[in-house]
Amino acid sequence: MSKKDIIICRCEDVSLADIHKALDMGYRDFESIKRILRVGMGPCQGQTCSNLIKNEIARYNKVHPETVKTHKIRPLVSGVVLKDIAESKDE
Amino acid sequence: MINRDLVIVGGGPAGLSAAKIAIDAGMKVTIVERFNQLGGQLIKQTHKFFGSQLQYAKTRGFDIANILIDDLAGYDNLEILLDATCVAMYPDKVLTIYQNNKYMKYKAKSVIIATGASEKFLAFENNDLPGIYGAGAVQTLMNIYGIKPGKEVVMIGSGNIGLIVSYQLIQAGVKVKALVEAASKVGGYLVHAAKLKRLGVDILLNTTVKKAIGKEKLEKVVTVKLDDNWQEIANTEKEIKTDALCISVGLSPLHQLMSMAGAKMLDVSELGGYVPKKSCDYETTIPNVYACGDVTGIEEASSAMVEGKITGLMAVKHLGFKLDNMEKLEADLNDQLCILRQGPCGEKIRCGLKKVGEIYD
Repeated sequence: MSKKDIIICRCEDVSLADIHKALDMGYRDFESIKRILRVGMGPCQGQTCSNLIKNEIARYNKVHPETVKTHKIRPLVSGVVLKDIAESKDE
Repeated sequence: MINRDLVIVGGGPAGLSAAKIAIDAGMKVTIVERFNQLGGQLIKQTHKFFGSQLQYAKTRGFDIANILIDDLAGYDNLEILLDATCVAMYPDKVLTIYQNNKYMKYKAKSVIIATGASEKFLAFENNDLPGIYGAGAVQTLMNIYGIKPGKEVVMIGSGNIGLIVSYQLIQAGVKVKALVEAASKVGGYLVHAAKLKRLGVDILLNTTVKKAIGKEKLEKVVTVKLDDNWQEIANTEKEIKTDALCISVGLSPLHQLMSMAGAKMLDVSELGGYVPKKSCDYETTIPNVYACGDVTGIEEASSAMVEGKITGLMAVKHLGFKLDNMEKLEADLNDQLCILRQGPCGEKIRCGLKKVGEIYD
């Protein structure tokens, strides 16, 4: 099996090999993995990869997937052009 | 800041059903829909629905969408925003909406989250080759734009979506080379699976996809048998030639708006992922923010419509608006939901709902 050819996060092009390497280096929760690999920070904001990564973390830590937290959700859910925010007249 | 009694995020079966109740009671309502038309997933559904006449059984999905949309015509207390994404919700029920490069702020007295769900993805070698689709994308291509995803297809997943989309592919003239299912039995209704069997589709149980092969695009799929512990069995690999692979391995709720606003969320595998904790009034832990449809647990359009009506009714009730026979309507709708979730097919959803505090016995 070629882990580098298994894509986990399509937005940031992160493979299963990258995830396993991060786990081996000691990054054992989603927020930490996000900070070094940018998973969940692309256009889909983790809607595609979070389940897969959650399962990998659970398997590595030998815990049930429902006990693994995924990343903190923050505004905004998709890309917005900064100019459009600046030009919005709303108070 | 634009003020509304109610903002509904999502114009699918749940959101549209909620809107109808709220506008009938005289509430000032905005529906926010990301796509360029209303109807949600219904507009891609060419098959006839099962179940009860109350939820439009025997009617095709896209026709149900038209019925729900027609029901909203002629109300001047309703605003419909299309091509509009609700990009954030804050705890004080301010919503920011992005439409055609316009960034707008809405202040809502109540909010109904009916955002639906997105497709789960699968990890296997070369899973980024062109020609690999989610079942939703295949339905969108075929049933909205009239485009075939390929000449041949291998379907992964035998839930109702996998079964129905396989049938639609055959109707469109695409050869379904195999339907692959990791479990030991078909996940969806047997009546759909039987139809595929009669058309000669190979249904491979206890099997998963191991890798995709192709240079510029998908050329072949390698499947492998699984044992009782979901482990691959050595030397059971099989190559299938195909130019399309369709993944239909479940959905997960689009929970982001509730999560970012700080609503209490629970991870419930039976419901597809993160869902809001709800009171018996369908209210999340943020007062006057309600949720209905797939975003509260993956189910079917029929229950999404009933849930939509109930949440619409709760928003009406809590803000002091009135409708005729409100109590009877609420009791009827709750009965309809119980009936929809009866029997062995409803077991998973009943089990999941018990975990979020809704009791079904």
